[in-house]
Amino acid sequence: MFLRTSLFSFAFSILLFIFIIELIRRRKLQERYSLLWLGVAVAMMIVSLSRRLLEILAKAVGIYYPPAALLLVGLLFVIALLLHYATVISKLSDENKTLAQKLAILENKLDERS
Amino acid sequence: MSSVNEERLKQYSLLVIVPSYNEAKNLPNTVADLKKFVPWAEILVVDDGSTDNTAQTATLLGCRLLKMPFNIGIGGAVQAGYQYALAGDYDFAAQFDGDGQHDAQSLPGLLAAAIDNQTDLVIGSRYLENNGYKTPITRRLGMRVFSRLVSLIVKQKISDSTSGFRILSRRAIVFCAGTYPSDYPEVEILPLLHFAGLKIMEAPAKMKARSNGKSSITWTKAIYYMVKVVLAITITVLREMPVRKREVV
Repeated sequence: MFLRTSLFSFAFSILLFIFIIELIRRRKLQERYSLLWLGVAVAMMIVSLSRRLLEILAKAVGIYYPPAALLLVGLLFVIALLLHYATVISKLSDENKTLAQKLAILENKLDERS
Repeated sequence: MSSVNEERLKQYSLLVIVPSYNEAKNLPNTVADLKKFVPWAEILVVDDGSTDNTAQTATLLGCRLLKMPFNIGIGGAVQAGYQYALAGDYDFAAQFDGDGQHDAQSLPGLLAAAIDNQTDLVIGSRYLENNGYKTPITRRLGMRVFSRLVSLIVKQKISDSTSGFRILSRRAIVFCAGTYPSDYPEVEILPLLHFAGLKIMEAPAKMKARSNGKSSITWTKAIYYMVKVVLAITITVLREMPVRKREVV
């Protein structure tokens, strides 16, 4: 049972890794935002392959069934990614506002000149 | 080395792009040097969201100015300069740091090298001549890794791939105005230009220790820098692979 879970999650992380690389290659994902994703894929590969690591991890956080720890690891990564995007969006919206303000002031200057 | 005859170089219009982030203190010296050694060139200061008087200083010094509404990073700032050079139909564009690190005296030599060898990108290298420039040991390792990697891909020796002291031909300006990496672009652009069929070479350039302020690269940034650039170069090579296969078949 454990072997199947491990194999599935390993295969999935490899596919994820390839998919991320392909997205960057097609310029649909910037390198800057791909690093965290690549890190997640590699970490998932390691955790799903090493049963010992998973058992240690499960024991440390008090989970009796080690494969369930895989789920926890995955969830934590998702939370980290979401938080990362929240900061990215905050920066983008700040910059977007600044751009709109500068543009409005430029337009006003042009209008007043003509 | 080719002769550096100013009359000959003057026939070509040159835009010196000076990316600046909080360089109000260094700009007067930088601009004075540029006016001394390349008096016919136009100087364009790209103020990348400085919080000091960089923009006012540039205007007072009689430079052209592109003022970014906020900090967009060195890649985007320099690219804006290339877009300006493209619109202004310049024969050559130079990239020259505003922090006083680059020695304007080397600029005519780089331009002469670009003209004489009909090269699209001339990199000013600290390491071609023993000119007394001492790189901090921590940085030397990373720079060597990049230079080896880049040399392997562009199939010629590049000794100073991280140098931001450069001359670009019209062809290179057209390319960079359209495609330019956003952060830490110096190394990454080299394979891109190479695969686009543009000619790259190095010429000796003097560089000084920074006169005011500190380097923009901290330790955490250095690690991100290494990983990001290696990844970007790997992807660039991956992008080229199917094209090469098609050419063979």
